[in-house]
Amino acid sequence: MSTYKIIDHEYDVLVVGAGGAGLRAAVGLSESGLKTACVSKVFPTRSHTAAAQGGISAALGNAGEDDWRWHMYDTVKGSDWLGDQDCIEYLCKEAPQAVIELEHYGVPFSRTKDGKIYQRAFGGMTKNYGNEPIQRTCAAADRTGHAILHTLYGQALKHKTEFFIEYFALDLLMKNGECKGVLAWNLNDGTIHRFRSHITILATGGYGKIYYSATAAHTCTGDGNGMVLRAGLPLQDMEFVQFHPTGLYGIGCLISEAVRGEGGFLLNSKGERFMEKYAPTAKDLASRDVVSRSMAIEINEGRGIGENKDHLHLHIDHIDPKIIENRLPGISESVETFVHRDVTKEAIPVVPTVHYNMGGIPTNYKAEVLTSNGSEKTVPGLMAIGEAACVSVHGANRLGSNSLIDLVVFGKAAARRATEIVKPNSPHEEISKNETDKSLSRFDKLRNGNGSNKTSELRLSMQKTMQSKCAVFRTEKTLKEGTKEIKKPLVGMDSVCVKDKSLVFNTDLMETLEFDNLIRQAITTMESAFHRKESRGAHAREDFPKRDDENYMKHTLSWHDGKEVKINYRAVNLSTLTNDVQTFPPKERVY
Amino acid sequence: MVQFNLPKNSKILKGKYFKDKTGSSNLKVVHVYRWDPTKNENPREDTFEVDLNSCGNKVLDILNKIKNEIDSTLTFRRSCAHGVCGSCAMNVDGINTLSCMKSHKDIKGDLRIFPLPHLKVVKDLVADLSTLYKQYESIEPWLKFKKSTSKKNEISQSKENREKLDGLYECIMCACCSTSCPSYWWNGESYLGPAVLLQAYRWISDSRDEEKKERLKMVADKLKLYRCHTIMNCTSSCPKGLNPAKAIGSIKKMLATS
Repeated sequence: MSTYKIIDHEYDVLVVGAGGAGLRAAVGLSESGLKTACVSKVFPTRSHTAAAQGGISAALGNAGEDDWRWHMYDTVKGSDWLGDQDCIEYLCKEAPQAVIELEHYGVPFSRTKDGKIYQRAFGGMTKNYGNEPIQRTCAAADRTGHAILHTLYGQALKHKTEFFIEYFALDLLMKNGECKGVLAWNLNDGTIHRFRSHITILATGGYGKIYYSATAAHTCTGDGNGMVLRAGLPLQDMEFVQFHPTGLYGIGCLISEAVRGEGGFLLNSKGERFMEKYAPTAKDLASRDVVSRSMAIEINEGRGIGENKDHLHLHIDHIDPKIIENRLPGISESVETFVHRDVTKEAIPVVPTVHYNMGGIPTNYKAEVLTSNGSEKTVPGLMAIGEAACVSVHGANRLGSNSLIDLVVFGKAAARRATEIVKPNSPHEEISKNETDKSLSRFDKLRNGNGSNKTSELRLSMQKTMQSKCAVFRTEKTLKEGTKEIKKPLVGMDSVCVKDKSLVFNTDLMETLEFDNLIRQAITTMESAFHRKESRGAHAREDFPKRDDENYMKHTLSWHDGKEVKINYRAVNLSTLTNDVQTFPPKERVY
Repeated sequence: MVQFNLPKNSKILKGKYFKDKTGSSNLKVVHVYRWDPTKNENPREDTFEVDLNSCGNKVLDILNKIKNEIDSTLTFRRSCAHGVCGSCAMNVDGINTLSCMKSHKDIKGDLRIFPLPHLKVVKDLVADLSTLYKQYESIEPWLKFKKSTSKKNEISQSKENREKLDGLYECIMCACCSTSCPSYWWNGESYLGPAVLLQAYRWISDSRDEEKKERLKMVADKLKLYRCHTIMNCTSSCPKGLNPAKAIGSIKKMLATS
């Protein structure tokens, strides 16, 4: 192995990732006086939070009466009763204050006539426990994620968080089951850095790029999830992959649910508003899994639009162009840029597209990472937040606008918990050389890969397998084939070829390291899906069309040791956190 | 007579030529700037023949295709691919833009791709934006209050006041504008440049902010602000259709009338 010079750093807390969750945590940590570093592979405002459009949910009640308990009910129902109710209670109860805080930070929310934060309708958000749609989603036009991300970066600057930008995190540094820090690679000068920290917070986002067509950015490779698997820890509920109903056809660009929230609707080739058939009450504002499945059925039954009858139409051309200009300017721009259509006059071609990972690193509501075997024991020194985490507040299906609130509520919770645990400037333990060497030897091996397999080809093969075998609808046959096929790109890694051997901004190597993370997640996703023989939320099995609470009301845990997957389960937490609200017992989920 | 030349080791040499191997009749000839800091070599311009029959419409699709299929060492930043993250800003056919939004079909003949101009090059199409980021930090991009306000309630803002932020808060800091500005080229260390001044104006214009005067004072400097000579390259290059020149003009006007 080549010798690598290592530069050492010591911090009270290290945050990996600078999206909405990572930045919110960093702000809270720096504010409390903990010495905080934030490592990110991209400049913070390039993080994928920027792409969130429609809004952030919180029962502020600016557009009529609202109650966080109603929000909680909607979220539990949206999760198809796989969400942990103590965590969902925490999320919904903390949400209003978290949004007001963002507003004080400077987020340019759109406004109501009386100067309050504007709220719009979103799928699955209802009044009085499912009665009628409610306006609960706080919005900054259709650029809410962008507005929040930039504002949080400003706050982190204000509180003097130390950023390490364009540093790629390689591995967790573990010692006797505790996390002691992270090894990272500085892209700009090629140096290797060892961060020792009392707590490491993974805020590394989702792994949408295991699929061929996704709204996810190229950088959404779930690096933290990969690190967790390599550390011998499990991931949770990986089979639950959300397909957003309205990805721009042929492009994959997200078309916000806000379009339907503002009155848009879907049509099939016969000009029918087909959602009335599948969700008579909520119609186009049913939960995302429901709308995506309905669309897939319409297309499968031959009522799709276009030459190949493979997409559908989303209409907002009936809405006043002034309202569109005011509330959906970003959508108009994207549709114009990518498919050259005028949304005020023409329909938007859309198709269900991979959008969000409900699964990830299992945590409790304090953001502490949980260990295996169904126990509630935590992994000392390790936390996870945002899309990387599986708290689980989204269970089997996330409601639109519940992700942005998840970022800030649990980002803040992580900072709060860290402040309780860590005494500023307490001394650090030594990390064994062995642990660093293990990570560096993987890095070095990939860097010197001289085989015949291109990373891009392995990645494409993984993406095509996921797309065809683990899509909106799944069966025993496709999943069984999938579990075999998805192993091939992993085997292909043994003779991977990395042409760029340098250390400075070597994106050839970085894409290979990202693929090493992706493929492990693809495999655990496929295996978890294969083992869940029921339909729940985003996991729709044609051969097991019903939810099976008796056998499967439990979280899937999956490990990957570099070769094989191990599956186990953990009970769903149905009890609430306090007596402010009672458990919502499972019932049939109808919209 | 004085002669202005690039130093010897900065001259761009003719690089490698990657001939099409697909046999396609629908080819685009793409010239790309290459430079590797770890090799003691001059920058060069490589040429790739790219098969457009299996390529998306945007310039980023071409770059991804080259990286995936022809030369995996080609280095560029990219992330969202939908025009919201600002990573893939570069100079395409002489104009700074986001490669994910720019259609290559708009460009007749050969396509030339360079890094954002007048920045230090890190590698190939990756430019060093650290100065611009420091300047962004210097305008203190966060809401300021004179006295502590109750954190329990929303701060009221009328629709009209909120509308004053439209056209300002949307900036994605891709730096296309600043790196197209001749004043920023010559005085990039001291002149804040259009991207950062647009953000300065965003906070000056926020009715919730209580330090408008101090913010104006902070930028009222012959170098920080008045190096803008209304050349307007910034506005014409903005891939998001924003108007930094107008924002700078507004700051000047506010200073003149305050």
